[in-house]
Amino acid sequence: MSTRLQNGGRLIDRTKQIEFTWNGKRLQGFQGDTLASALLANNQMLVGRSFKYHRPRGIVAAGPEEPNALMGTGVDGHFEPNQRATTTELYQGLTSHSQNHWPSLEIDIGALNSKLPRFFPAGFYYKTFMYPRAAWKHVFEPIIRKSAGLGKAPTHKDEDTYEYFYAHVDIMIVGGGIAGLAAALTAGKSGASVLLMEQGVSFGGRAITDGVEIDGKPAATWVKATLAALKKMPNVQIRTRMMGAGVYDHGYALGYERLTDHLGPNQNGPRHRLWRIRTKRIVTATGAIERPLSFAGNDIPGVMLAGSLRDYIADYGVSAGDRTVVVTNNDDGYRTAIALHEAGLNVPCIIDPRGDLDGELPQKAIALGIRVENKSAIGKVKGGKRVESVTLCAQAGEGGTLEEIKCDAVAMSGGWSPVVHLWSHCGGKLNWDTDLAMFRPDPSRPPLGADGTGFVIATGTANGHLYSASVLKDAIAAGKQAAKDAGFKATGTVPKASDEKAAPIAAVWSMPQGATYDLKSKTFLDYQNDVKVSDVRLAAQEGFTSVEHAKRYTTLGMATDQGKLSNINGLAVLADSLNKEIPQVGTTTFRPPYHPISFGAIVGDARGELFKPIRKSPIHQWIDDNGGDWEPVADWRRPYCYKQQGETVEQAVTREILNTRENCGLLDASTLGKIIVKGPDAGKFMDMMYTNMMSTLKVGFCRYGLMCTENGFLSDDGVVARLSENTYLCHTTSGGSDRIHAWMEEWLQTEWWDWKVYTANVTEQYAQIAIVGPNARKVLEKLGGMDVSPEALPFMQFRDGKIGGIQARPFRISFSGELSYEIAVPASQGQAFWDMCMEAGAEFGMQPYGTECLHVMRAEKGFIMIGDETDGTVIPQDLGLNWAISKKKEDFLGKRAQQRSHMTDSKRWKLVGLKPVDPQAVIPDGAYATDGTTRPNGVKNMIGRVTSTYFSPTLNHAIAMGLVEHGPDRMGEVIDFPTIGGDIIKAEICDPVFLDKEGARQNV
Amino acid sequence: MKRYSAFAIAREAFRHHAGWERAWRSPEPKSEYDVIIVGAGGHGLATAYYLGKNFGITNVAVIEKGWLGGGNTGRNTTIIRSNYLQDPSAAIYEKARSLYETMSQDLNYNVMFSPRGVMMLAQTQAEIRGYQRTAHANNLQGVTTEFITPERVKELCPIIELGGPRYPVLGALWQPRGGTARHDAVAWGYARACSDMGMDIIQQCEVTGIDQSRGKVTGVQTTKGAIKTKKLAIIVAGNSGDLAKMGGFRLPVESISLQALVSEPIKPCMDVVIMANTVHGYMSQSDKGEMVIGGGTDGYNNFTQRGSYHHLEETVRALIETFPMVSRLKMLRHWGGIIDITGDRSPIISKTPLGNCFINCGWGTGGFKAIPGSGWAMAELVAGGEPRELASAFGLERYQEGRFIDESVAAGVAH
Amino acid sequence: MLLLTCPYCGVEADETELTPGGEAHITRHGAGANDDDFETYLFMRKNPKGVHFERWRHAFGCGKWFHAARCTMTLEVFGTYSGQTFEPPKTLINKIKKKRPDWEGFVK
Repeated sequence: MSTRLQNGGRLIDRTKQIEFTWNGKRLQGFQGDTLASALLANNQMLVGRSFKYHRPRGIVAAGPEEPNALMGTGVDGHFEPNQRATTTELYQGLTSHSQNHWPSLEIDIGALNSKLPRFFPAGFYYKTFMYPRAAWKHVFEPIIRKSAGLGKAPTHKDEDTYEYFYAHVDIMIVGGGIAGLAAALTAGKSGASVLLMEQGVSFGGRAITDGVEIDGKPAATWVKATLAALKKMPNVQIRTRMMGAGVYDHGYALGYERLTDHLGPNQNGPRHRLWRIRTKRIVTATGAIERPLSFAGNDIPGVMLAGSLRDYIADYGVSAGDRTVVVTNNDDGYRTAIALHEAGLNVPCIIDPRGDLDGELPQKAIALGIRVENKSAIGKVKGGKRVESVTLCAQAGEGGTLEEIKCDAVAMSGGWSPVVHLWSHCGGKLNWDTDLAMFRPDPSRPPLGADGTGFVIATGTANGHLYSASVLKDAIAAGKQAAKDAGFKATGTVPKASDEKAAPIAAVWSMPQGATYDLKSKTFLDYQNDVKVSDVRLAAQEGFTSVEHAKRYTTLGMATDQGKLSNINGLAVLADSLNKEIPQVGTTTFRPPYHPISFGAIVGDARGELFKPIRKSPIHQWIDDNGGDWEPVADWRRPYCYKQQGETVEQAVTREILNTRENCGLLDASTLGKIIVKGPDAGKFMDMMYTNMMSTLKVGFCRYGLMCTENGFLSDDGVVARLSENTYLCHTTSGGSDRIHAWMEEWLQTEWWDWKVYTANVTEQYAQIAIVGPNARKVLEKLGGMDVSPEALPFMQFRDGKIGGIQARPFRISFSGELSYEIAVPASQGQAFWDMCMEAGAEFGMQPYGTECLHVMRAEKGFIMIGDETDGTVIPQDLGLNWAISKKKEDFLGKRAQQRSHMTDSKRWKLVGLKPVDPQAVIPDGAYATDGTTRPNGVKNMIGRVTSTYFSPTLNHAIAMGLVEHGPDRMGEVIDFPTIGGDIIKAEICDPVFLDKEGARQNV
Repeated sequence: MKRYSAFAIAREAFRHHAGWERAWRSPEPKSEYDVIIVGAGGHGLATAYYLGKNFGITNVAVIEKGWLGGGNTGRNTTIIRSNYLQDPSAAIYEKARSLYETMSQDLNYNVMFSPRGVMMLAQTQAEIRGYQRTAHANNLQGVTTEFITPERVKELCPIIELGGPRYPVLGALWQPRGGTARHDAVAWGYARACSDMGMDIIQQCEVTGIDQSRGKVTGVQTTKGAIKTKKLAIIVAGNSGDLAKMGGFRLPVESISLQALVSEPIKPCMDVVIMANTVHGYMSQSDKGEMVIGGGTDGYNNFTQRGSYHHLEETVRALIETFPMVSRLKMLRHWGGIIDITGDRSPIISKTPLGNCFINCGWGTGGFKAIPGSGWAMAELVAGGEPRELASAFGLERYQEGRFIDESVAAGVAH
Repeated sequence: MLLLTCPYCGVEADETELTPGGEAHITRHGAGANDDDFETYLFMRKNPKGVHFERWRHAFGCGKWFHAARCTMTLEVFGTYSGQTFEPPKTLINKIKKKRPDWEGFVK
């Protein structure tokens, strides 16, 4: 059984007991425990079920590489699936559940799959479930989906908060082991700003666990002194519980700091903090991850990584078993045997496939009286939900049992793989080191920064140095290099460390060497995804010989650990199957993040109201307080209508239209873009930007203008006013102001940079308020201060002056066909002016109106709307706007494009009015017109489409505008608009101006 | 070819699966072919398959620089839909979608086409009108879509938050027979079927030059030697520019990076594919349980296939507004795919200035869903020398004529 | 996330401060251009795997357009320079040639 030892556990505080629940059971642990160590202390080795076969799964590792011990933790708004028990720190009241089983962890129906693995080889999905066709969607896929997935989906809104943090440092160092500390000390002394991050809670890493001595003292002493020195340096920041999550181009990196996960829910402050870091150099001192060995039954709960097993002893005072067989192909595995022995636990046997065991550690183990079997292997592990025994066999053979050894745990070590993820994220390349049987960073092919030099320096174990003396030497060098590259001068002396003399590792990828198919089909590479040696071999046999193919075909390395334990072993099996060397097969790509990070942290506080701040006009609050029914328009909100008590939206819109046409309406038009174009060459520039001739516009006058892209398509429209000889004011659509301003700047800066023109976007400097309707002038006259008579301020002109005591610029322009003044006042006076208008207008029937009223009124007048009549494929000529396209100008943006054959094609759909035969039948938005014929491919022939369609309360008739093939030549014809329901609405082609063609209403 | 079936698996199960053959042969190139296809991605393999199946042309080599299916076929978010607005797009994507329906049976390879339904959210008034327009067009084009209410959206996808606050869900364009498929399997299934017809799939072979005589293609130079051919089809996505240069012509194509990511797997919670164009994000749940999320593109030329973090940050923010539960999931992995985009963001299936040389490229963000339709149309073009109905609008000449196929009309981006 | 130095304000700017503007040094063909020239101007792009001259705007900074020379394979930035020039500065071209001897050089 696994249990808490009497002594030991450097990270736990035995005086502080913590209660937690797991699968409904109340259990105890200590402060400093992880959920995994606490479960082991409570003899809970079985912690989950695998993905495909639902096989029993136990804790394998002690760090983030853990593939099996994934838990759902927390409840409701704090629930989170797939939490690694090995990195989940215990807190009082922690609630946790194992995953992926039904009805329970102990009895899982899905485990039936594991009785029949021979029927579920790699890629079996691709070969079956095809007949009958409907069965995939309705029978097979639902079953597969139900059995897939790991944790439950969260159902509540996240109750935690998250935040971002920006950091600009010279050097970022990832990993707080002795390499990271030594590099940080060296870099810190140079004066460079340094950010050192450690994903766990303590510094020193394996050096402390494994009893390394530095400068003649225990590593812990050196670590403590170094940390103290670092903490004194103002240029060094140190963070724990912070993982280097990703490395990106040009020295950008992510740090993922878990602030309150270890304290439990409902803490003050954010749960996670995502650091967005810019740095000159990144030093990765990320250590190494131990590899499992490949033998039959290596997935049975109780089989663990040797290094992790001794971590549990040293860090948490927890033993994984009473009798632990150690199996290793390298000297490091012996440390575990010795640690177990020293903890008073039984090690019945160390099994080592190597012949010569002349390293110091094996000799020490032998001297301690531990039985060591060389040239040996595990034939298979026996047991179901827990290891019961192993069979001993010769490594050279096929697995014939020499002896069965009773045990309840197996510690395995297949050697160590440097954590090269951060090195590789941005393109750093690797070399295969045959002697050490590992991929290590190739310093000549680092990831390149903006200046073309390598910006990541791998060091220590992450750089392939397995022994503390060389680790320290490498780390000091890395610290110096990073400091030098960042523009600082560093010095540093290498502390002395001693290591046991070790015998070389034996690259053993399959155990025993000649394992039978039966054994291989029980030898697991990827514990979570249930990928076995036989699966990889089958993939190779079927031609999936590229590592990417094999990975995808078998799902090797695609589990939540992203192959941290399985990739190298899988690769080796693939290489062996193909009779190739490992480097010839290559690795799959390392993708960020190193370890999964919460979406909550990615979003930070940019959620809810802060997700995307709303742009507000000066009248926004008043509108909100007075029944405005908001709709999003670009980054703004505009009122669709103003609902009065008891009104529906439709009723409100109708009321607003009739009132504006009969009395007077008030529109907040502040969102319209306003751009100043100024300079001696302003006229020349305006002539290029607009299709119209703007250079001839007289000061004090307004002109409606069109802008096209270089592709000829209509992109924006608006009224242009000439403020002075050298100054124009361009109005744009609400969504267009930033885009059009940028467009103007682009041309000025990159094409006509010798033209003397400046532009300024003054959209938010002004509130613009339209007073519209037959009584508009009366309201302004009542406010007083300016002569707004037809003689003093004629149609399509503007004046500057004061109205009601406020500096104002009324434009006599109309988008409704009514007598209308659009009045620009300083933004700060906007609300005051609005209030004044409402008050003065009260006796004249003044009511505010929204965007829908605006839309209907302009459609009644046949005015186009950018975004309705245009969609990025429409040219002005399609809309009957030829009058706005100057024939006199040599060039303007879009002119050449509009001469291309498709643009001048007579079959282009052209703008017309559409009058439904049934006056009440509004054509649905987006409907197409058909002519009853069918194209060769069976598609019904379309001859046009509706672009704006409304019921006009003014005319008491449905109206529409649309683009129709040869439309202007077909006035009076009736065409069909099929609706989706199958009805056909018939409409007569007519002039798009439905109301007051002569303009009698506005020219008063 | 040994047929795949449950019975075959059962039979093999009792002999340690020793009887499974290679899914496709791995031959050395012959000296001459009737057709050489450069690029063994989904589109190239599909072209080869329909050349054989529909035209009986089987003396075909598919030459691949790396590994088949190793480009965008293997790194996309696997969405299949045909709810496009413009006629040429709707036609080719609907052809593709209908071929996906029966692809597993046609190829005897389960590509796991899952017609779970695709929903495009309308979150502004403009989007409502745009999608209503698409629904009307689709209705006439023979593509089954409908515009549905927010209540129906919630019914189909209970984890959605309709209320906003920034962009409320106002409705959606719903294509019930859209869905997803297992991307790798599409490439593998085609490759197996092509190999079975006697075609040669030659991997790890790079084309280094195009041989021509009197304005016509005569063969290609490769890292495995010169190979003669009567016709050449270039279907190499991001590498199109290089091949065009060898052929002596230009293309209106640029390569940029598109971002995608997946979450850790969770139990099924979302049975439909959801796309939200206002906020540039889309999400579905794979059969493994991962939430598969696609996002925006980098706006600059890029061949690195790396993920660009700040783009997906925007995508995830937007998705959490619409799917609050996502906040408590974790991102497992993110990456970038290099997409080739054209001047109007619609693909090119065309003859080229070089005789007997044809090109298929520019699929941008929409390539995977088009694979069978694209292969079908390209096979017609290569076999007959002239485009037929499906490909006719996608010719290179359209840029000079100003005859664009612009899908951004209805929805800001087309994925 | 790219890092480019704006040659106008001198700020080393994050990609998020910038908007990309595509290939640089393209000649505008307006009214009167022939079909080929006009098509080339609007659509034909070099899209090289390697050295790329391109336009950027320091949109959320000083607002200026500038040019950059960047490798599309490694994302190395060789330099940034004025937006108001018809071709890259000689010194920059020489610098790139030195780093990339196989580079074909700047082709307008």
